[in-house]
Amino acid sequence: MSGETVEFEALLRRALAPIDPPEALVERLEHTLTSLTEAAAEELESWELASMRDPRNWVRPAAAVVVGSVAGSALVLVRVRQRQKRRRLASGSLLDTAERALADVVQEARRLLDDGPGR
Amino acid sequence: MPQDRSKAKLDREFSDLYRAHLRDVYSYAYYRVGNHHDAEDLTEQTFLQAYRHFERAQRESDGRPLRPWLIKIAHNLAANFYRDRARRPVTVLEDAAIVSAPHTTESLVEGREELQQVLAGVAKLPDDRREALIMRFALDMDNREIARALGRTDGATKVLLHRAIKQLEQVMATAEETR
Repeated sequence: MSGETVEFEALLRRALAPIDPPEALVERLEHTLTSLTEAAAEELESWELASMRDPRNWVRPAAAVVVGSVAGSALVLVRVRQRQKRRRLASGSLLDTAERALADVVQEARRLLDDGPGR
Repeated sequence: MPQDRSKAKLDREFSDLYRAHLRDVYSYAYYRVGNHHDAEDLTEQTFLQAYRHFERAQRESDGRPLRPWLIKIAHNLAANFYRDRARRPVTVLEDAAIVSAPHTTESLVEGREELQQVLAGVAKLPDDRREALIMRFALDMDNREIARALGRTDGATKVLLHRAIKQLEQVMATAEETR
Protein backbone atom coordinates (compact mmCIF):
# COMPACT_ATOMS: atom_id res chain seq x y z
CA MET A 1 0.00 0.00 0.00
CA SER A 2 1.45 3.38 -0.97
CA GLY A 3 2.09 6.15 1.53
CA GLU A 4 -0.57 8.29 -0.11
CA THR A 5 -3.17 5.57 0.26
CA VAL A 6 -2.29 5.12 3.91
CA GLU A 7 -2.55 8.85 4.45
CA PHE A 8 -5.90 9.02 2.66
CA GLU A 9 -7.25 6.14 4.70
CA ALA A 10 -6.14 7.87 7.88
CA LEU A 11 -8.00 10.97 6.75
CA LEU A 12 -11.09 8.87 6.07
CA ARG A 13 -10.83 7.34 9.51
CA ARG A 14 -10.73 10.80 11.08
CA ALA A 15 -13.64 12.06 8.98
CA LEU A 16 -15.76 9.01 9.80
CA ALA A 17 -14.96 8.95 13.51
CA PRO A 18 -17.40 6.84 15.58
CA ILE A 19 -20.17 8.86 17.21
CA ASP A 20 -21.51 8.33 20.70
CA PRO A 21 -25.29 8.09 20.83
CA PRO A 22 -27.02 10.91 22.74
CA GLU A 23 -27.86 10.07 26.34
CA ALA A 24 -31.53 10.77 25.65
CA LEU A 25 -31.56 8.02 23.03
CA VAL A 26 -29.88 5.56 25.40
CA GLU A 27 -32.50 6.28 28.07
CA ARG A 28 -35.37 6.00 25.61
CA LEU A 29 -34.11 2.81 24.04
CA GLU A 30 -33.51 1.07 27.34
CA HIS A 31 -36.93 2.12 28.54
CA THR A 32 -38.53 0.82 25.34
CA LEU A 33 -36.74 -2.52 25.53
CA THR A 34 -37.68 -2.98 29.16
CA SER A 35 -41.33 -2.08 28.48
CA LEU A 36 -41.38 -4.47 25.57
CA THR A 37 -40.29 -7.41 27.68
CA GLU A 38 -42.84 -6.59 30.35
CA ALA A 39 -45.65 -6.21 27.81
CA ALA A 40 -44.71 -9.50 26.17
CA ALA A 41 -44.71 -11.25 29.53
CA GLU A 42 -48.15 -9.84 30.36
CA GLU A 43 -49.49 -10.79 26.95
CA LEU A 44 -48.24 -14.31 27.40
CA GLU A 45 -49.81 -14.53 30.83
CA SER A 46 -53.23 -13.32 29.59
CA TRP A 47 -53.06 -15.69 26.62
CA GLU A 48 -52.45 -18.59 28.99
CA LEU A 49 -55.57 -17.73 31.00
CA ALA A 50 -57.65 -17.31 27.85
CA SER A 51 -56.43 -20.53 26.33
CA MET A 52 -57.49 -22.46 29.40
CA ARG A 53 -61.00 -21.02 29.11
CA ASP A 54 -61.43 -21.06 25.33
CA PRO A 55 -60.24 -24.07 23.32
CA ARG A 56 -60.29 -22.01 20.10
CA ASN A 57 -57.21 -20.24 21.37
CA TRP A 58 -55.30 -23.46 21.62
CA VAL A 59 -54.04 -23.01 18.08
CA ARG A 60 -51.90 -20.09 19.25
CA PRO A 61 -49.40 -21.83 21.50
CA ALA A 62 -46.57 -21.94 18.97
CA ALA A 63 -46.67 -18.18 18.38
CA ALA A 64 -46.99 -17.42 22.07
CA VAL A 65 -44.11 -19.64 23.00
CA VAL A 66 -41.94 -17.82 20.47
CA VAL A 67 -42.94 -14.46 21.91
CA GLY A 68 -42.42 -15.76 25.40
CA SER A 69 -39.05 -17.27 24.81
CA VAL A 70 -37.65 -14.22 23.06
CA ALA A 71 -39.37 -11.37 24.79
CA GLY A 72 -40.99 -12.83 27.86
CA SER A 73 -38.31 -12.22 30.41
CA ALA A 74 -36.70 -9.01 31.50
CA LEU A 75 -33.46 -7.61 30.20
CA VAL A 76 -31.84 -7.94 33.57
CA LEU A 77 -28.87 -5.71 33.03
CA VAL A 78 -30.79 -2.98 31.28
CA ARG A 79 -33.43 -2.92 33.97
CA VAL A 80 -30.90 -2.97 36.79
CA ARG A 81 -29.07 -0.11 35.12
CA GLN A 82 -32.27 1.93 34.98
CA ARG A 83 -32.85 1.40 38.68
CA GLN A 84 -29.27 2.39 39.42
CA LYS A 85 -29.71 5.61 37.51
CA ARG A 86 -32.84 6.48 39.46
CA ARG A 87 -31.03 5.70 42.70
CA ARG A 88 -27.99 7.77 41.78
CA LEU A 89 -30.29 10.72 41.41
CA ALA A 90 -31.93 9.99 44.74
CA SER A 91 -28.89 9.05 46.78
CA GLY A 92 -25.51 10.68 47.10
CA SER A 93 -23.78 7.73 48.78
CA LEU A 94 -21.66 5.62 46.44
CA LEU A 95 -21.45 2.68 48.85
CA ASP A 96 -25.20 2.73 49.33
CA THR A 97 -25.71 2.70 45.55
CA ALA A 98 -23.30 -0.22 45.11
CA GLU A 99 -25.02 -2.28 47.79
CA ARG A 100 -28.41 -1.65 46.25
CA ALA A 101 -27.11 -2.50 42.77
CA LEU A 102 -25.91 -5.88 44.00
CA ALA A 103 -29.25 -6.49 45.65
CA ASP A 104 -30.98 -5.57 42.36
CA VAL A 105 -29.03 -8.16 40.42
CA VAL A 106 -29.90 -10.86 42.95
CA GLN A 107 -33.56 -9.78 43.05
CA GLU A 108 -33.83 -9.63 39.25
CA ALA A 109 -32.26 -13.05 38.79
CA ARG A 110 -34.55 -14.51 41.43
CA ARG A 111 -37.58 -12.91 39.78
CA LEU A 112 -36.68 -14.43 36.43
CA LEU A 113 -36.36 -17.89 37.94
CA ASP A 114 -39.70 -17.47 39.72
CA ASP A 115 -41.67 -15.98 36.78
CA GLY A 116 -41.88 -18.95 34.45
CA PRO A 117 -44.49 -18.90 31.64
CA GLY A 118 -46.28 -21.73 33.33
CA ARG A 119 -47.00 -19.67 36.42
CA MET B 1 -36.48 -24.37 35.26
CA PRO B 2 -34.30 -24.91 32.17
CA GLN B 3 -36.53 -22.72 29.95
CA ASP B 4 -36.32 -19.82 32.42
CA ARG B 5 -32.59 -20.13 32.53
CA SER B 6 -32.31 -20.09 28.75
CA LYS B 7 -34.59 -17.04 28.58
CA ALA B 8 -32.48 -15.25 31.14
CA LYS B 9 -29.35 -16.21 29.22
CA LEU B 10 -30.86 -14.99 25.95
CA ASP B 11 -31.78 -11.63 27.47
CA ARG B 12 -28.38 -11.28 29.04
CA GLU B 13 -26.78 -11.96 25.69
CA PHE B 14 -29.02 -9.44 23.99
CA SER B 15 -28.07 -6.88 26.63
CA ASP B 16 -24.42 -7.60 25.90
CA LEU B 17 -24.99 -7.22 22.17
CA TYR B 18 -26.88 -3.98 22.71
CA ARG B 19 -24.21 -2.47 24.90
CA ALA B 20 -21.33 -3.63 22.75
CA HIS B 21 -22.77 -2.29 19.50
CA LEU B 22 -25.03 0.64 20.31
CA ARG B 23 -22.26 3.02 19.27
CA ASP B 24 -21.65 1.07 16.04
CA VAL B 25 -25.30 1.13 15.07
CA TYR B 26 -25.64 4.81 15.92
CA SER B 27 -22.49 5.73 14.00
CA TYR B 28 -23.63 3.73 10.99
CA ALA B 29 -27.09 5.30 11.15
CA TYR B 30 -25.71 8.80 11.53
CA TYR B 31 -23.35 8.60 8.59
CA ARG B 32 -26.01 6.89 6.53
CA VAL B 33 -28.84 9.40 7.09
CA GLY B 34 -26.80 12.51 7.86
CA ASN B 35 -28.59 13.91 10.90
CA HIS B 36 -29.03 13.00 14.54
CA HIS B 37 -32.81 12.98 14.57
CA ASP B 38 -33.22 10.31 11.90
CA ALA B 39 -30.17 8.44 13.18
CA GLU B 40 -31.87 8.08 16.56
CA ASP B 41 -35.02 6.69 14.95
CA LEU B 42 -33.04 4.29 12.82
CA THR B 43 -31.00 3.08 15.79
CA GLU B 44 -34.11 2.50 17.86
CA GLN B 45 -35.85 0.57 15.09
CA THR B 46 -32.73 -1.51 14.49
CA PHE B 47 -32.56 -2.70 18.08
CA LEU B 48 -36.29 -3.40 18.23
CA GLN B 49 -36.06 -5.56 15.13
CA ALA B 50 -32.91 -7.22 16.43
CA TYR B 51 -34.67 -8.00 19.68
CA ARG B 52 -37.55 -9.66 17.87
CA HIS B 53 -35.30 -11.91 15.84
CA PHE B 54 -32.42 -12.36 18.24
CA GLU B 55 -33.06 -15.96 19.16
CA ARG B 56 -33.16 -17.12 15.55
CA ALA B 57 -30.15 -15.04 14.58
CA GLN B 58 -28.19 -16.54 17.42
CA ARG B 59 -29.20 -20.03 16.44
CA GLU B 60 -28.24 -19.47 12.81
CA SER B 61 -25.04 -17.55 13.47
CA ASP B 62 -23.22 -20.72 14.43
CA GLY B 63 -21.09 -18.84 16.94
CA ARG B 64 -20.05 -16.09 14.54
CA PRO B 65 -20.22 -12.46 15.76
CA LEU B 66 -23.61 -10.82 15.35
CA ARG B 67 -22.42 -7.34 14.49
CA PRO B 68 -22.79 -7.85 10.71
CA TRP B 69 -26.35 -9.08 11.27
CA LEU B 70 -27.12 -6.01 13.36
CA ILE B 71 -25.67 -3.66 10.77
CA LYS B 72 -27.54 -5.49 8.04
CA ILE B 73 -30.80 -4.72 9.86
CA ALA B 74 -29.82 -1.04 10.02
CA HIS B 75 -28.84 -1.18 6.35
CA ASN B 76 -32.24 -2.61 5.32
CA LEU B 77 -34.12 -0.14 7.48
CA ALA B 78 -32.14 2.75 6.02
CA ALA B 79 -32.99 1.54 2.52
CA ASN B 80 -36.69 1.49 3.45
CA PHE B 81 -36.31 4.89 5.04
CA TYR B 82 -35.14 6.39 1.75
CA ARG B 83 -37.68 4.50 -0.29
CA ASP B 84 -40.55 5.64 1.93
CA ARG B 85 -39.48 9.24 2.15
CA ALA B 86 -37.89 9.45 -1.29
CA ARG B 87 -34.82 11.27 -0.09
CA ARG B 88 -31.09 10.91 0.04
CA PRO B 89 -28.76 11.71 2.94
CA VAL B 90 -27.90 15.34 3.38
CA THR B 91 -24.45 16.21 2.10
CA VAL B 92 -23.26 18.22 5.07
CA LEU B 93 -23.35 16.26 8.27
CA GLU B 94 -24.29 18.15 11.39
CA ASP B 95 -21.20 17.86 13.56
CA ALA B 96 -19.75 14.45 13.06
CA ALA B 97 -16.03 14.96 12.74
CA ILE B 98 -14.65 16.30 15.95
CA VAL B 99 -10.94 16.89 15.91
CA SER B 100 -9.86 15.84 19.35
CA ALA B 101 -6.12 16.59 19.24
CA PRO B 102 -4.98 20.06 20.31
CA HIS B 103 -4.71 22.46 17.37
CA THR B 104 -4.26 26.12 16.71
CA THR B 105 -7.46 27.86 15.66
CA GLU B 106 -6.22 28.10 12.07
CA SER B 107 -5.21 24.45 11.73
CA LEU B 108 -8.42 23.41 13.48
CA VAL B 109 -10.51 25.26 10.89
CA GLU B 110 -8.41 23.81 8.06
CA GLY B 111 -8.65 20.32 9.54
CA ARG B 112 -12.39 20.57 9.92
CA GLU B 113 -12.75 21.85 6.38
CA GLU B 114 -10.77 18.93 5.05
CA LEU B 115 -12.88 16.46 7.00
CA GLN B 116 -16.05 18.15 5.78
CA GLN B 117 -14.78 17.77 2.21
CA VAL B 118 -14.22 14.07 2.80
CA LEU B 119 -17.73 13.67 4.18
CA ALA B 120 -19.19 15.62 1.27
CA GLY B 121 -17.28 13.32 -1.09
CA VAL B 122 -18.51 10.20 0.71
CA ALA B 123 -22.10 11.43 0.38
CA LYS B 124 -21.67 11.64 -3.42
CA LEU B 125 -20.69 7.99 -3.78
CA PRO B 126 -23.16 5.28 -4.86
CA ASP B 127 -24.96 3.70 -1.89
CA ASP B 128 -23.01 0.45 -1.78
CA ARG B 129 -19.62 2.17 -1.89
CA ARG B 130 -20.63 4.72 0.72
CA GLU B 131 -21.87 1.97 3.01
CA ALA B 132 -18.71 -0.06 2.63
CA LEU B 133 -16.62 2.97 3.61
CA ILE B 134 -18.79 3.70 6.63
CA MET B 135 -18.49 0.11 7.81
CA ARG B 136 -14.75 0.01 7.30
CA PHE B 137 -13.75 3.39 8.67
CA ALA B 138 -16.46 4.35 11.16
CA LEU B 139 -17.11 0.86 12.53
CA ASP B 140 -13.69 -0.68 11.85
CA MET B 141 -15.27 -3.79 10.33
CA ASP B 142 -13.04 -6.18 8.40
CA ASN B 143 -13.78 -7.42 4.87
CA ARG B 144 -15.51 -10.55 6.08
CA GLU B 145 -17.85 -8.64 8.40
CA ILE B 146 -18.69 -6.11 5.69
CA ALA B 147 -19.30 -8.93 3.23
CA ARG B 148 -21.78 -10.54 5.62
CA ALA B 149 -23.56 -7.25 6.29
CA LEU B 150 -23.89 -6.46 2.59
CA GLY B 151 -24.58 -10.03 1.49
CA ARG B 152 -21.53 -10.21 -0.80
CA THR B 153 -18.49 -12.42 -1.07
CA ASP B 154 -15.24 -11.45 0.63
CA GLY B 155 -13.60 -10.91 -2.77
CA ALA B 156 -16.40 -8.70 -4.06
CA THR B 157 -16.23 -6.67 -0.87
CA LYS B 158 -12.51 -6.13 -1.24
CA VAL B 159 -13.05 -4.84 -4.79
CA LEU B 160 -15.97 -2.67 -3.62
CA LEU B 161 -13.83 -1.01 -0.95
CA HIS B 162 -10.94 -0.47 -3.33
CA ARG B 163 -13.20 1.17 -5.91
CA ALA B 164 -14.93 3.26 -3.26
CA ILE B 165 -11.63 4.71 -2.08
CA LYS B 166 -10.45 5.36 -5.63
CA GLN B 167 -13.69 7.06 -6.57
CA LEU B 168 -13.61 9.18 -3.44
CA GLU B 169 -10.08 10.31 -4.23
CA GLN B 170 -11.24 11.32 -7.70
CA VAL B 171 -14.29 13.13 -6.37
CA MET B 172 -12.13 15.08 -3.96
CA ALA B 173 -9.52 15.87 -6.59
CA THR B 174 -12.23 17.19 -8.91
CA ALA B 175 -13.72 19.26 -6.11
CA GLU B 176 -10.28 20.67 -5.34
CA GLU B 177 -9.73 21.66 -8.98
CA THR B 178 -13.03 23.52 -9.18
CA ARG B 179 -12.37 25.49 -5.98
